[in-house]
Amino acid sequence: MTQLTMAKAINEGLRRAMVDDDKVLVMGEDIGKLGGVFRITDGLLDEFGAQRVVDTPLAEAGIMGTAVGLAFRGYRPVVEIQFDGFVYPAFDQIVCQVAKLHYRTRGNVKMPITIRIPWAGGVGAAEHHSESPEAYFVHTSGLRVVAVSNPQDAYVMLRQAIASDDPVVFFEPKRLYHSKGEVDLGADLADAPPMGLARIAREGSDVTLLTYGSQVAVAMDAATAAEDEGISIEVIDLRSISPVDYRTVTASVRKTGRVVVTHEAAREAGVGAELIASVTEKCFNYLEAAPVRITGHDIPYPPAKLEKHHLPDLDRILDGVDRVLDRPNSMSGVIEP
Amino acid sequence: MTTMHTLTPQTDLATDVDDVARLVNEDGERVADPELERWVADVDVTALQGLYRDMTLVRRIDTEGIALQRQGQLGLWAPCQGQEGVQVGTARAFRADDFAFPSYREIGVQHVRGAKPADFVIAWRGEEHSTYNPYDINTATPQIIIGAQSLHAVGYAMGIQRDGTDQVAAAYFGDGASSQGDVNEAMIFASSFRAPVVFVCTNNQWAISEPVTVQAKFPIAGRAPGFGIPSMRIDGNDVLASLAAMRWALDHARSGKGPAFIEAVTYRMGPHTTSDDPTRYRDKEEVERWKRRDPIARVEALLRSQNAFGDDFQADVAADADRLGAAVRAAALGAVSRQPIGVFDHVYEEPHTGLAEQREHFAAYLSGFEADAEVGR
Repeated sequence: MTQLTMAKAINEGLRRAMVDDDKVLVMGEDIGKLGGVFRITDGLLDEFGAQRVVDTPLAEAGIMGTAVGLAFRGYRPVVEIQFDGFVYPAFDQIVCQVAKLHYRTRGNVKMPITIRIPWAGGVGAAEHHSESPEAYFVHTSGLRVVAVSNPQDAYVMLRQAIASDDPVVFFEPKRLYHSKGEVDLGADLADAPPMGLARIAREGSDVTLLTYGSQVAVAMDAATAAEDEGISIEVIDLRSISPVDYRTVTASVRKTGRVVVTHEAAREAGVGAELIASVTEKCFNYLEAAPVRITGHDIPYPPAKLEKHHLPDLDRILDGVDRVLDRPNSMSGVIEP
Repeated sequence: MTTMHTLTPQTDLATDVDDVARLVNEDGERVADPELERWVADVDVTALQGLYRDMTLVRRIDTEGIALQRQGQLGLWAPCQGQEGVQVGTARAFRADDFAFPSYREIGVQHVRGAKPADFVIAWRGEEHSTYNPYDINTATPQIIIGAQSLHAVGYAMGIQRDGTDQVAAAYFGDGASSQGDVNEAMIFASSFRAPVVFVCTNNQWAISEPVTVQAKFPIAGRAPGFGIPSMRIDGNDVLASLAAMRWALDHARSGKGPAFIEAVTYRMGPHTTSDDPTRYRDKEEVERWKRRDPIARVEALLRSQNAFGDDFQADVAADADRLGAAVRAAALGAVSRQPIGVFDHVYEEPHTGLAEQREHFAAYLSGFEADAEVGR
């Protein structure tokens, strides 16, 4: 095991995937000599050359559309979208082409494209640099969508995403790029948990707290704080948000009877809405309280100095926990429509 | 045509259909064009007859498609009448291992590449989104999103570069698509990476009801040099000029000189699709003018002038077209819809738990009807 930052773990994941398979190439803006704006592709140009580390023109649809053509030709492009809010110009190519070509061609054309997106807020960035667009992609059939929360998963799941014959949207929380953790660089991918499997990050018995990516660390802190009040929270790091590992989720909910979901993205029609709808369908008779969502507000991402008021923090999560436990909370006495 | 002196671009150039390169005029007479003619020096009477046959077959597929749609057998059809020259001419220039990325209207390209009768109708009938395996005929599934395939062609060409082969990729799109960001980004990527790709812009004058003047105030071929891409503006109703220009473009790309661009000036004689009513937005005179430029009649006249359009040849081509038309019709009428559970096929290459669960539930739902049928309910 090696101590690595998430950024370095992803770099290692890319490097090893490129060593293992010469059809893997990385492409994006500034990923060559600069090593990417987050230095995730640092050193790859020197090692693999410009044919496999492709500094592209500044055009997201162009990057994605040419990746489709490369996949058509049998390559496995790993595309870097420089920031979450820059993925929208590529949206058409992702949802109409990347996601659907396998279906449209009855499986004859594979789209093994990995779309890496430095993602979400909490880093004090400028406008359009802190968005959480995951629900758009979860809603699109044909894509797999994952969000990593620690260096080990980042390393292993990236390699799994690249090895997958399906397109994978790969969300990397920017605010965790410099967090360190143990990474087993020698791990055999065949022995690793599949990309679609959720991880029980912390066992508990009173409340199931569902989350992914950037919010896992916050959820863990909330669980630790709740323990001081005698509340046992089970934290599930979904890892994959399309598909969701409902086997793990429902087993937990049936045990605890109470569910809180937290994510940075806005609430309306978000991943949390889908999670709660599905959990309610699957576990209605086990629920002791109405599930609760703790999310970003339904607002455009606010200016950096205000983002702390938008992002779910430990206290807002604990407030949600109080609500499902019917303890005094921010909604006490409020009559909901 | 001058494309470099763009300080005062002239609007009327965009709509000028005479200032184009051609080898056969409207009367079917060979005309000189030193740029083009050297690329078709080998095209003898037999080869010309072959091009005539191709175009006639394509028109027959098109006629059959429209008829089938009107009879309720197809949900929609995108006619290509009038565009047989550019489609057949450019496609006949390909090597078998080149790869084409067509739009939904390139019936002639699909035909030349080897599409089978069912391939023209099964998707429009709504049985599948596509029919042939793209790798069998080195032609991508026809694209509906306007211009999206131009980027795919460039990406494919970038793959060719990495594989070190001398194949070429080609993207077909219309004048309307030239307004799309994808097409412009495709030209930037192609130029920057010197990708072996050919862009074929079929300027058929109309993007549904929007005339080309809404897309362009200067000839579309004039844009390519601005990206560093050489271009030609040709008469798209001249199959020989289309063949010659495409051979030039393919040779340019194949020999490592990077992308090339062709604007083929032509006309969509019918509606945009069978849902469209062109009488609402264009006048009869315009259509009549273009009828006189018919790409098939033009080659027929040329062949007659060379005593190569005898009754036997004419009858043979007609019989060939009848056979193909009948086969297209039979493919449409004989189509068998997949089982309902088939809607779940091929969404993913690998197992997907969420979809597997939905599939299982739907299968159970469907089996309920079978159980009802068994007990006679």
